[in-house]
Amino acid sequence: MAKYKMHMLVCGGTGCHASEGQMLFENLKKEVQDNNLENDVQVIATGCFGFCEKGPIVKVIPDNTFYVSVEPKDAKEIVAEHALKGRAVKRLLYFDPVRKEQIPDSKHMGFYKKQLRIALRNCGMIDPENINEYLAADGYEAMGKVLLEMTPEEAIKEVMDSGLRGRGGGGFPTGLKWQIASKNHADQKYVVCNADEGDPGAFMDRSILEGDPHTVLEAMVINGYAIGATKGLIYIRAEYPLAIHRLKIAIDQAREYGLLGTDILGSGFDFDVEIRYGAGAFVCGEETALIHSMEGERGEPTFKPPFPAQSGYLGKPTNVNNVETYANIPVIITKGAKWFSSIGTEKSKGTKVFALAGKINNVGLIEVPMGITLREVIFEIGGGIQGGKKFKAVQTGGPSGGCLTEKHLDTPIDFDNLLSVGSMMGSGGMIVMDEDDCMVAVAKFYLEFTVEESCGKCSPCRIGNKRLHEQLDIISKGNATEKDLDNLRNLSNVIKDTSLCGLGQTSPNPVLSTMDNFWDEYLAHVNEKRCPSGVCKDLIRYEVIAENCVGCTACARNCPVNCISGERKQLHVIDQALCIKCNACLEKCKFNAIAVI
Amino acid sequence: MTKIKSLADLKKMKSELQSQVALREKSETPEGRVLIRVGMGTSGIASGAKQIMEFLIDELEKRNIDAIVSQTGDMGYSYAEPTVEVTLPKQEPIVFGDVDQKKADDIIEKYIKNGELLDGIIPANYETIDKK
Repeated sequence: MAKYKMHMLVCGGTGCHASEGQMLFENLKKEVQDNNLENDVQVIATGCFGFCEKGPIVKVIPDNTFYVSVEPKDAKEIVAEHALKGRAVKRLLYFDPVRKEQIPDSKHMGFYKKQLRIALRNCGMIDPENINEYLAADGYEAMGKVLLEMTPEEAIKEVMDSGLRGRGGGGFPTGLKWQIASKNHADQKYVVCNADEGDPGAFMDRSILEGDPHTVLEAMVINGYAIGATKGLIYIRAEYPLAIHRLKIAIDQAREYGLLGTDILGSGFDFDVEIRYGAGAFVCGEETALIHSMEGERGEPTFKPPFPAQSGYLGKPTNVNNVETYANIPVIITKGAKWFSSIGTEKSKGTKVFALAGKINNVGLIEVPMGITLREVIFEIGGGIQGGKKFKAVQTGGPSGGCLTEKHLDTPIDFDNLLSVGSMMGSGGMIVMDEDDCMVAVAKFYLEFTVEESCGKCSPCRIGNKRLHEQLDIISKGNATEKDLDNLRNLSNVIKDTSLCGLGQTSPNPVLSTMDNFWDEYLAHVNEKRCPSGVCKDLIRYEVIAENCVGCTACARNCPVNCISGERKQLHVIDQALCIKCNACLEKCKFNAIAVI
Repeated sequence: MTKIKSLADLKKMKSELQSQVALREKSETPEGRVLIRVGMGTSGIASGAKQIMEFLIDELEKRNIDAIVSQTGDMGYSYAEPTVEVTLPKQEPIVFGDVDQKKADDIIEKYIKNGELLDGIIPANYETIDKK
């Protein structure tokens, strides 16, 4: 059978599909057939290229020619010129607005530089259960360099100069944290890896531990050497069994190679790592609560100071860093602080991993340089909103963060910018919402989470959040007044100002940011007793649209509470008193005869 | 396993391992081995990556194709799990998304045997640190 000499990849993503991509695909196939090239050229549809703005996209391999904004009628020219004569169709090439020239192939396009994988560099590239693959990918070389060629002070300086900030949420400068811990003297110090990833929708730490566990071990040894600790602890939630399984394998393999243990690489430095399991409490991501949990105490935070760097695990100086922070360390050491600090914005260096979730086409993990805009992340890398619906908001920072709207789409993402618009980086969850999402319900959802996860130690968080949730519930049932909205805001501010730890200090953020950005929606719930997105069950009702109803009985047969009546081929009626608003009738109706009002 | 006792040992071991990888990936003979990586993070496994990996190993053996099938972590394409990356000798890796048993069969029959691509491949849209 003949082997293809050329492939034409046509973008089959929703964006390109909407701009006649399907017709282009068919035209290309037809042209290839008409020219008797079907044994030489294969036309196939691919997933989204993430360049929807310039769609439809056609990429020709092996030469990587990248055509943009291709119309169905261009198919003839592409086949005649490119496939038959081997000449690129110049007018369809991408024109780089910055360099002011046409870019012949995808390898030179700025667009493909949107994602840069540093923390995720080995995820999906190496076998996580085989230490040899990690070694072949420069593994443990940074550790060797630090242990044998650098002093602890030099290692700290390198991390400090890189500008790396904690990726777990707070964004505290990592180098500074190490320096403080190194200056506190004690007979024993500890290094702790915080793998208690708790934000709903975020799974970057899990993916790093599952895909590249050795990088975390390597960074912990470096961290230990820098601050003078010989023991490392990984605090991981028991609900991550695969990550634990692979970590255990990695630790065993590293010990066998002598990369953990005594006299590592002949440097005279000893370091070993143990795993500690958490029960999956959100508050244990807070470092003092985490340390108490490891000590066997209740996972409750304590007041800082003293900071863990002064008195942490078992009262000894302890340095706690997040998984993603650690994953950056070996690269910073091998490539240098200067290289790392050349990426990102002025105060936020390097890259950040985001977990895209919600109503977005390309749900998944991405790693982008700091300073990229939300628009680029959502519409280019994320492939836009599902079903071509309208973008409404994106929640960053999980239950501690806030909702950002259309007006924030062009804000460069970094720690400080997100704070200044009322949200936060958090661990990097991004939940995208479309026009069908009710912002009051979203705020209620996050409060439900914080009420559940509050440890109960301080009253503002324990009682305050409970009251916040009740208020939101009243609003969503249409029983609130404008005065309640004022109370909601006041209470939020009090909780923020008076809570003991980060959980309570940030838990009202979803309420405040949705009130700031979607005040109209709150007013509609309160004054008009109406939920504009049709989500809050107490404020909506299902009605049969008389002119569309054909009396097929589908709705009546599927109604779980038998509240729809009507004869065959006659108009059906919903009994509002019995309706439980389960949406079954709307889903079953083929004639658009059921509406949410 | 022997212990690695110095930085020189580590570097020596790395270059040996790298040349093994290079030998396997950039084989000069046209019949060089095919390298297949299956994304086996939690989301991959939940979508059936384990079964796909077993299927690939069994079928490649049955059909006498010299290939290395290995597992790897999450590639980040959660929307298209399970994901399988195939590197044919002397060619760039291609990632296939939403791989069910039928698609896995197509990958063997169409792509590995004939170099024919399948619908729904995932274009790589990131940079690695080597290029920076």
